[in-house]
Amino acid sequence: MATTPDIIAEPAGLPPVQGARSATEARIFVASQWQLIWWRFRKHKVAVISAVVVIGFYLVVATADFLAYADPNASEAQRSLMPPQRLYLFDGWRFAPYVHGFKGERDRATFKRVYRPDPSVKVPVRFFAPGFEYKFLGLIPMTRHLIGVDGDATRTIFLLGTDVQGRDVWSRLMYGTRISLTIGLFGVTLSLVLGVVLGGLSGFYGGAIDTIIQRTIEILRSIPTIPLWMGLAAAMPRDWTILQVYFAITIIISLLGWTELARVVRGRFLAMREEDFVISARLVGCSRMRTIFVHMVPSFMSHIIAATTLALPAMIISETALSFLGLGLRPPAISWGVLLQQAQNVQTVAISPWLMYPAVPVIIVVMAFNFLGDGLRDAADPYGR
Amino acid sequence: MLAYIGRRALLAVFTVWAISVLSFAIIQLPPGDYVTSYIAQMASMGSVVSDEEAQNLRIQYGLGQPIYIQYLKWMKLVVVGNFGMSMEWRRPVTEVIGDRLLLTVVVAVASLILTWVLALPIGIFSAVRQYSAGDYVATFIGFIGLAVPNFLLALVLLYFGFILFNAHVGGLFSPDMQDAPWSLARAWDLAKHLPIPALILGLAGTAQQIRIMRANLLDELRKPYVVTARSKGLSELRVILKYPVRMALNPFASTIGYTLPYIVSGSIIVSLVLGLPTVGPLLLKALIAQDMFLAGTIVLFLGVMTVIGTLLSDVLLVWIDPRIRLEEM
Repeated sequence: MATTPDIIAEPAGLPPVQGARSATEARIFVASQWQLIWWRFRKHKVAVISAVVVIGFYLVVATADFLAYADPNASEAQRSLMPPQRLYLFDGWRFAPYVHGFKGERDRATFKRVYRPDPSVKVPVRFFAPGFEYKFLGLIPMTRHLIGVDGDATRTIFLLGTDVQGRDVWSRLMYGTRISLTIGLFGVTLSLVLGVVLGGLSGFYGGAIDTIIQRTIEILRSIPTIPLWMGLAAAMPRDWTILQVYFAITIIISLLGWTELARVVRGRFLAMREEDFVISARLVGCSRMRTIFVHMVPSFMSHIIAATTLALPAMIISETALSFLGLGLRPPAISWGVLLQQAQNVQTVAISPWLMYPAVPVIIVVMAFNFLGDGLRDAADPYGR
Repeated sequence: MLAYIGRRALLAVFTVWAISVLSFAIIQLPPGDYVTSYIAQMASMGSVVSDEEAQNLRIQYGLGQPIYIQYLKWMKLVVVGNFGMSMEWRRPVTEVIGDRLLLTVVVAVASLILTWVLALPIGIFSAVRQYSAGDYVATFIGFIGLAVPNFLLALVLLYFGFILFNAHVGGLFSPDMQDAPWSLARAWDLAKHLPIPALILGLAGTAQQIRIMRANLLDELRKPYVVTARSKGLSELRVILKYPVRMALNPFASTIGYTLPYIVSGSIIVSLVLGLPTVGPLLLKALIAQDMFLAGTIVLFLGVMTVIGTLLSDVLLVWIDPRIRLEEM
């Protein structure tokens, strides 16, 4: 979006004081709808911050393999359930990040492996260190990772500790973010298609079609969804590949998630059907399709975007919940739900609380999407109020 | 009024039908039919199913016939209370579900009541003292409640219960009451264990209701009749409680219908984390073992239960809101 020129000294967006700033007023009159939305959105500070957070998370999605420093599926029994290693940024006064080495030994009383930091060993952490091979953004073959440690297998770094099988939680979290956030995105896209088509039909034609679709929505909304998802998810054949399961889960969660979007679309259609510009479009002989897609849809695009943003967190939670139950994605696939599965047992969590860390991004992302959606919804109708 | 309730009841019937179709679909989805898996199950237990018995079962469930006939046969059995056998437990499904369904209802109703008891006063307070510290606290807790999925909340609570008090906060009964027959003492034990699961389940709903109540009441408080009431010298408490709160209550009641499915859904997964003896853990086990009659029946029961609850909330709405009553006359 365009930046605001200097003419406007104060945050633009609201109608200015009468007559006093005619230049501002003129600008608002000629501004496009998207510009008005942007000006209004910008005033909602929490929503702007949330937008930044969401963009940050999707950057992680794009660069997960660069941010991870260990192969997420490389397991090592010798390193099972290691606590997070503290990262020291300064060695004396010099900026030289390092972690302490670790000594693993068996507790003679309980036979559990215990790990003690060994302050005599400083493992320097290097930026852009070489590691396992991957394709950056899926295109460029690379071996460099954001951080890493040099040397043999005894020198390791585990920022968030390791899980039962000795896999690095941080790296797995990065990969999990990729799957959890894209599954939400695909799911919401499918829901959006269903919602726009069915909501559009409902709102545009009215009558019997409207009644049928509305009743269907009411029925779907009065059914408890989780048992239903569980049933459908459990019916997936066990021998499906990760990719097949991924798409099946996406379809399952979107099939039941389109109702709210359809409701919004229908509402906008009903409100707009009688608007002057729609009637004139019809009078000058626009075809029905043209009326809908060229004249009506652009004018409530912003509402759809807001509703979509609000629908996303529900999708992400659904996937997390299903995988958490063991009915969604299954290892070796990695998602937040799969990671949290290890935290199901209280005893495990009490001994290794770092296994609960994957809950943190879930909460942050869900909150950010909610605030962002709220802000977008308020900004979606820049002419109101 | 009757017309309104009649319409809702008709929709409820349709919903029940849709739920029955979906439950049937869940039963049907896994490969193989019921009788082949039954025979395999029996064979693994060392007993043999005679050809005659297998044939009878096939006829009873209409296997081999078109799918809609199978559905009708299944419905016929369901209507007379025969939900089939649970393969894993080798007992009738109704016996396996037993008490657990009742406990699911108890948990759901408890969290619904808790939602109201918390949301009503907090919502009123937030609206009357808009932008006060208390309002901000309520809004903040509300956002947490909306954003944190309830099973994560349960997990975090379990963790802190374990770390801080070294106690297991889950469950619905004390260990010694677990398998005791129903008695006043057991009911009291249940009542003591209910608040935590009810709170976890109800928090998201509570947060939503607080926001709805606050917004509605704020709209009402600005209306002239409030000024009138105040200028006539009514006490502030009376001004607020007697008129605007009553008005703001309507949309509040109508949302029960949407809250209930959500609570029932949530109770499944929260029960798993907290170890509550509801149908939740049973459903998960049945699904993993592909014990489809048990799973399908649970989904059916949960759905029908929700529909009945929603219908009750519709009736309640008619009772609270005279406008609906008048509209339909």
